[in-house]
Amino acid sequence: MVGNRINWKLTILLLLGTLFILFPLYLTITVAFKTPQEMTGNLLALPESWSFDNFIQAIEMTNFFGALGNSVFVTLVTVVLVLLTHSLVAYAIARNMHKKFYKFLYFYFISAMFIPFPIIMLPLVKQTSMWGMDNIIGLSILNAVMHLAFNVFIYVGFIKTIPKELEEAAIIDGATTWQVFWKVIFPLMKPMHATVAILTALAAWNDFMLPLVILSDSSQYTLPLVQYAFQGQFSTDYNLAFASYLMAILPMLIVYIFAQKWIIGGVMRGSIK
Amino acid sequence: MGKRQFAFLIMVIPAFALFFIFHTYPALQGIFYSFTDYKGYGTWDFVGFKNYLNVFKDDRALHAYGFTFQFAVVSTILVNIISLLLAIGLNGNVKFRKFLRATYFLPYILSVLIIGYIFKFIFTHMLPDLGNALNIEILSSNILGNPDLAWIGIVIVAVWQSVAFNTLLYLAGLSTIDQEVYEAADIDGAGNWAKFWRITFPLVAPFFTINMVVAMKNFLMAFDQIVALTGGGPGQATESISLLIYRGGFQGGEFAYQSANAVIYFIVIVAISVIQLRVLERREVK
Repeated sequence: MVGNRINWKLTILLLLGTLFILFPLYLTITVAFKTPQEMTGNLLALPESWSFDNFIQAIEMTNFFGALGNSVFVTLVTVVLVLLTHSLVAYAIARNMHKKFYKFLYFYFISAMFIPFPIIMLPLVKQTSMWGMDNIIGLSILNAVMHLAFNVFIYVGFIKTIPKELEEAAIIDGATTWQVFWKVIFPLMKPMHATVAILTALAAWNDFMLPLVILSDSSQYTLPLVQYAFQGQFSTDYNLAFASYLMAILPMLIVYIFAQKWIIGGVMRGSIK
Repeated sequence: MGKRQFAFLIMVIPAFALFFIFHTYPALQGIFYSFTDYKGYGTWDFVGFKNYLNVFKDDRALHAYGFTFQFAVVSTILVNIISLLLAIGLNGNVKFRKFLRATYFLPYILSVLIIGYIFKFIFTHMLPDLGNALNIEILSSNILGNPDLAWIGIVIVAVWQSVAFNTLLYLAGLSTIDQEVYEAADIDGAGNWAKFWRITFPLVAPFFTINMVVAMKNFLMAFDQIVALTGGGPGQATESISLLIYRGGFQGGEFAYQSANAVIYFIVIVAISVIQLRVLERREVK
């Protein structure tokens, strides 16, 4: 090692840098607790009282729990769909890459990474509303479709590193292809499942554009979409708006505080691939 | 066909079907309608390449391309410089490394739209107040309200958020470097600067390539930040290509025209990504 002395200069510099990240959050929290009268004073000051009035009002106004439920539903259904189907497809592709059809499928899927959403947006919206998919179930299915390219890419890369001998042993023991997948391969893919689940969950939870164009009924709105829908009312009351923003980012923030090591590890694993 | 091959086929068919129905089919429809005068409803006729030619004559579209490129190039460069520096810093012998890493990654988990709204408040209220109180001319007006400066506000938010993910990618890259290489360089008496350009940078070059391509592509597709911060304004000063297609397509009855615009947009993104990969990979080999 280059020496284990702590570089304090660098540490202090990096600590100061975190202020750039933490300040907007500090501001969000304090503004969310303040009253409109306090806004005329020092913006950086702490609120005079920690009253939850803004939050209660925001919950009622935006139907917060409805939106929270929608966001949780979309995120969970998307992640389950993605884990079950994308790993399956990736397995079939990874084990048959020497065949033209599967090789074509692989490149066909991952080429979607470079297709900007707007090119499919207009026809897709027409199609989904015609087929009655302009709701959170339709949104979850579409999410799974939109993530296919990237997930197949990282799953295939991972499956290639799993030695075939394990499967061959299972096949000799009389296991079918399906049993090999569910009993041998699927459990071995655990680290990649974690990565895929984290990335997909974050993307689905925070997504704005797809819910914006797909969801037609406001009772189906997800958390980000609700913030957008209430901008008109929020523009006159920042405290109410910030209480609503804070509640919208809080669930993910709490998850992150408890699982940050796991989340960062998962994202990093996906990137080294 | 063997039982095993049949099973493999069953594994890919559902995903293939869904992908085709909800991705390829709409894309083909978009391309198809781009050659018509379809408004999104009613009847339509073929018009050949008229929509495509019109995009090149449309000041609003050309401006959207100009703004999006300017924003994407500046943001990509800033994000990569800051991320690489941060990653090198976090990779050093620092105390509280876990806390620091967790904090710098935090913006990645937050909704771009909501971050945009929070920064909008900072730009429109906090900074002007601060500027007035301290008599700093530059800060005293809302930059988002200035057609010449609004894009800078969008760059700041985009960079603030994207640095998180790119730093992590660079950290992953740095972790692949064997410490012995640095020890050897120390023995040869190499300075920090030489170590960076001779060892660190060449070894993280593949990560640099990926970061540049992915960041550029994401910024070219910018939508959420812009909706939150400026809504494309003032006027249409900060209207990105995505926002223009969204607005024109859904609110302006320009289904066919914006489909043509989207096809051009797609070609541009692919072309830029391919050029980036070619140039950056060639440099990597050196």
